[in-house]
Amino acid sequence: MKTFKGYRRANGNIGVRNHVIVINTAGELSSFTKKIAQLVPGVIPVIQQGGESQYEEDLKQTVRTLIGTAGHPNVSAALLLGIGENSIANEVKEYLQEQNHHVEALHFNKSTSIATLLKEGKDWLEKAVKKSKAEKRVTADVSELIVGLNCGGSDAWSGITANPAIGSFSDAIVNDGGTSVLAETTEAIGAEHILANQAINAEVGQEFLKIVNDYEARIRETGEDIRSANPSPGNMTGGLTTLEEKSLGCIKKGGSSPLREVIGYAESPTEKGFIFMDTPGYDVESVSGLTAGGAQIVLFSTGKGSPTGSPIAPVIKIGTNPQVYKMMQEHIDVDAGKIIEGLNTIDEIGEEIYQKLIETADGSITASEKHKNQEFAIWRLAETI
Amino acid sequence: MQQKYNAILLNEKDNVAVALRTIKAGETLSIQGVNEKIKVMETIGYGHKICLSYISENAKIIKYGECMGMSTEKILPGYHVHVFNVRGLKSSERSSAAHIKS
Repeated sequence: MKTFKGYRRANGNIGVRNHVIVINTAGELSSFTKKIAQLVPGVIPVIQQGGESQYEEDLKQTVRTLIGTAGHPNVSAALLLGIGENSIANEVKEYLQEQNHHVEALHFNKSTSIATLLKEGKDWLEKAVKKSKAEKRVTADVSELIVGLNCGGSDAWSGITANPAIGSFSDAIVNDGGTSVLAETTEAIGAEHILANQAINAEVGQEFLKIVNDYEARIRETGEDIRSANPSPGNMTGGLTTLEEKSLGCIKKGGSSPLREVIGYAESPTEKGFIFMDTPGYDVESVSGLTAGGAQIVLFSTGKGSPTGSPIAPVIKIGTNPQVYKMMQEHIDVDAGKIIEGLNTIDEIGEEIYQKLIETADGSITASEKHKNQEFAIWRLAETI
Repeated sequence: MQQKYNAILLNEKDNVAVALRTIKAGETLSIQGVNEKIKVMETIGYGHKICLSYISENAKIIKYGECMGMSTEKILPGYHVHVFNVRGLKSSERSSAAHIKS
């Protein structure tokens, strides 16, 4: 039985980090969020642009993402910043307080001076940090882990080294009772029939085909056609022949375990095992959706060295080729390029990823955490009003 | 860079391997887990695919253990497998391939 030491939360969930965060519920407060976080050492600012002037579907998605982020098991305490009559901060606070999360909301408005707000924020954060330092790690089973699977800055080796190695890891953690969540719906276009066929039953398979078809329809409305534009001339030069082949290289991050559930952006899985989350291919929005859905750790393959990190979850970077690892070692945690050199098999790198995951869950810092790469963005569906 | 193998097999069901470095015509494939000695018939760039066993015309190209396309002509072992001898699936073929377990 594989175990790690994490932080048990009041609602029963387990975190691998003990962050105290400040998060804004309106884009106007971005700089203020950073300013208030800087007042107390160790506090992480989570900055996003949503919350104002949004259509209903976007507002729902923003609130769901904020709840999932502020109430994330890796978060010990969260200070929500709201503005004027904006009620999102209170809505999120009340929802999370009912689940015994340590949260507070502060509002920027004309009846309170900025100096007062900064002082109130600083006082609350100082107490929250002190309280978080008294919290201790306890032993938990890997079956309690939810691991997000993402890629960014892919290259011709992604589908040959890092992604199949992540797939090998995914099968292993699912076999141990844990959960892996594959994301990036756009990357599955062309191989959706194969992943649908991997579903546990016809209903889940149909749900997966539906999110792919819906996404493709939205893209077509903009005048773009993913099927005829891929594989791109650059992909073909790299050796990719068909769209099926390109997409297979992406979805193989999910291994060959049965697909148990399809969830919306920033939603939490209700099943354990292999899950798919509907997210865009843009890595920052996708990773933010995965963490809002409860992923405590994200695995991220990159061929070109995308530095994307997260303010909430450790992101484990897996380089696809020896060059990217050599040039950008400070950004990358696992070198899957060793497969090209014949030093390791795909399964051996899968085991190395698992080992790195356990060390990371126990508290070992990843490259993106060391460099404070804390990208965050919520997937926006409609126009801004 | 010293390499132990010049190509990789991603799934044991595959009928193509992927070149791990540029392999010249006349070289022999060395793939972990594959004992058969296959002679490379034309230069294959790294990341590109090589035929491992005879593929007839209009047959499945298998990579990752899945059908990634159909051959448009017969392909012999050791030859390059790419856009000039492989096409993607038609939508009718995709829907039949998307047979969902009930």
